[in-house]
Amino acid sequence: MAQSEHILLPEGSLEKQTTTLNLGPTHPATHGVFQNILEMDGERIMSAVSTVGYIHRAFEKLAERRPLYQITPITDRLNYCSSPINNMGWHITCERLLKVQLPKRVDYLRIIIMELARIADHLICNSIVGVDSGAFSGFLYLMQYRELIYEIYEEVCGSRLTTNIGRIGGFERNFTNTAFEKLEKFLKEYPAVLKEFENLFNRNRIFMERTIGCGPISGERALNYGFTGPNLRAAGVDYDVRVHSPYSSYEDFEFSVPVGTTGDTYDRFLVRNEEMWQSLKLIGDAYKKVQEFKGAEAEVFHADSPAYYLPEKKDVYTKMEALIYHFKIIMGETDIPAGELYSSVEGANGELGFYLISDGGRTPYRLHFRRPCFIYYQAFPELVSGGLLSDAVITMSSLNLIAGELDA
Amino acid sequence: MQPFNNIEMLLTNEAIQQKLTEKFGDALTNWQEPYGMLTFTAPKDLNLKILQFLYDDETLRFQFLTDLQAVHYPEKTGAELAVVYHLHNLVDNVRIRFKVFTDIQTPDVYSATALYQSANFMERETYDFFGVNFVGHPNLRRILNVDEMDYFPMRKEFPLEDQTRIDKDDEMFGR
Repeated sequence: MAQSEHILLPEGSLEKQTTTLNLGPTHPATHGVFQNILEMDGERIMSAVSTVGYIHRAFEKLAERRPLYQITPITDRLNYCSSPINNMGWHITCERLLKVQLPKRVDYLRIIIMELARIADHLICNSIVGVDSGAFSGFLYLMQYRELIYEIYEEVCGSRLTTNIGRIGGFERNFTNTAFEKLEKFLKEYPAVLKEFENLFNRNRIFMERTIGCGPISGERALNYGFTGPNLRAAGVDYDVRVHSPYSSYEDFEFSVPVGTTGDTYDRFLVRNEEMWQSLKLIGDAYKKVQEFKGAEAEVFHADSPAYYLPEKKDVYTKMEALIYHFKIIMGETDIPAGELYSSVEGANGELGFYLISDGGRTPYRLHFRRPCFIYYQAFPELVSGGLLSDAVITMSSLNLIAGELDA
Repeated sequence: MQPFNNIEMLLTNEAIQQKLTEKFGDALTNWQEPYGMLTFTAPKDLNLKILQFLYDDETLRFQFLTDLQAVHYPEKTGAELAVVYHLHNLVDNVRIRFKVFTDIQTPDVYSATALYQSANFMERETYDFFGVNFVGHPNLRRILNVDEMDYFPMRKEFPLEDQTRIDKDDEMFGR
């Protein structure tokens, strides 16, 4: 709307030409506790001020009082759509600090779990983009399959959302046959579902017109804003931690890193979809490699690091040494080596980093979480300024903002 | 995956250290390589010059700010707060880390927001929790804590647990 079409305000009036609108903190379209104070000119957003911090939980302070293994449940609550990646990222950080070498089978099992988590996360994000653009059916359809992923988590670790999956040095128990059966079921059924989801959206004229050119960002700006993960790749930069600094034996696998060009909502959507295909391929390959282990090797599910990995319960009851280790680990009386370490994994939203400083005590001296969401959220005002209000909503959901990861 | 490993060999930690020493001389100290990441300490008034040099130099190309945060060392008198920068050269896939130390009475450090947009929230978070005053920051307000808060909670003088508790004997367990 042109300036002249506004009602002319009298000289010295305190009224303004624009409208201030609060999008959030609690709004059904923000999918979390975010507040954006928008300056609106009619339907167009002139500027936006983002407020974060509504669910700050002092994780970094908490971590300074906790032994390493007690920090894992904290990491669950960062990006709670893909908790296992956060858990594994933390375990990998600890293992690097403690210089624990993992058996290959554990690495591959971890890849299966991490890629399942990536699918669960991308699936939510993409189907929510659908919901926000008015297509609800994709969401309901995909949700059933997140359930299958959650059942696999449940079979492996006993919980579904905040998983606390795995331990420093491996897994708490071996994967059961049921877990593998559920995995096979998922691998068998999900591709057809994802294909159908893509058929619903990818070339859908309404969806394309709704999302193309919506909240775009150039690769250069995205890098300057500290974007990582699918949002950066949608802008055309092929940075992926799994490839650049491989962890958990990702270097043993072939997979491609999809990139977009414009960095808009449509490209972010397509990149996430393609990443789900790549994750499926990774899971399939990793599962094949897991099946190749025979005999005693097929029973390996943790590294040999008695000082940090809990001994078996029956040993605790019968063996002195195991009892001592059990006591020391549970009470958190094992001193961790002094050191300084930055370790990162490719979270569902980008580079999830752990900066750990240990002074040789029982807890970290300082632990900082590099939360990808927190860093790329600051680009939000730039992404939505000049666009329509409804574009802001869809841009926010396609960035996959997770309040837990934003606030730490 | 192979190409990355090959390129990585070109820009070694030694080469980076040499480049930086040529430029800044003895100002940069405490060179270390904990877990393979080149780490050094710089005077706090040089932080922007170093960031700019690392950004502009044709071979170094550290153009991605991965992380920025602070650490509190109460026992280091005169250098209680450390601001830690993690930079990433995405072309050669090399990471480095550098720290600037500042005293807690005048915790003024130049802001990197002019160079990195991403530093905006990170510096606000660092200010919020440690009270590092980033000079030149466009909007240095609290970000995760409430605006009315009058202390910086991540400093070590604020213990996590209620210190008035007497039911826990810390002599035996924990510090």
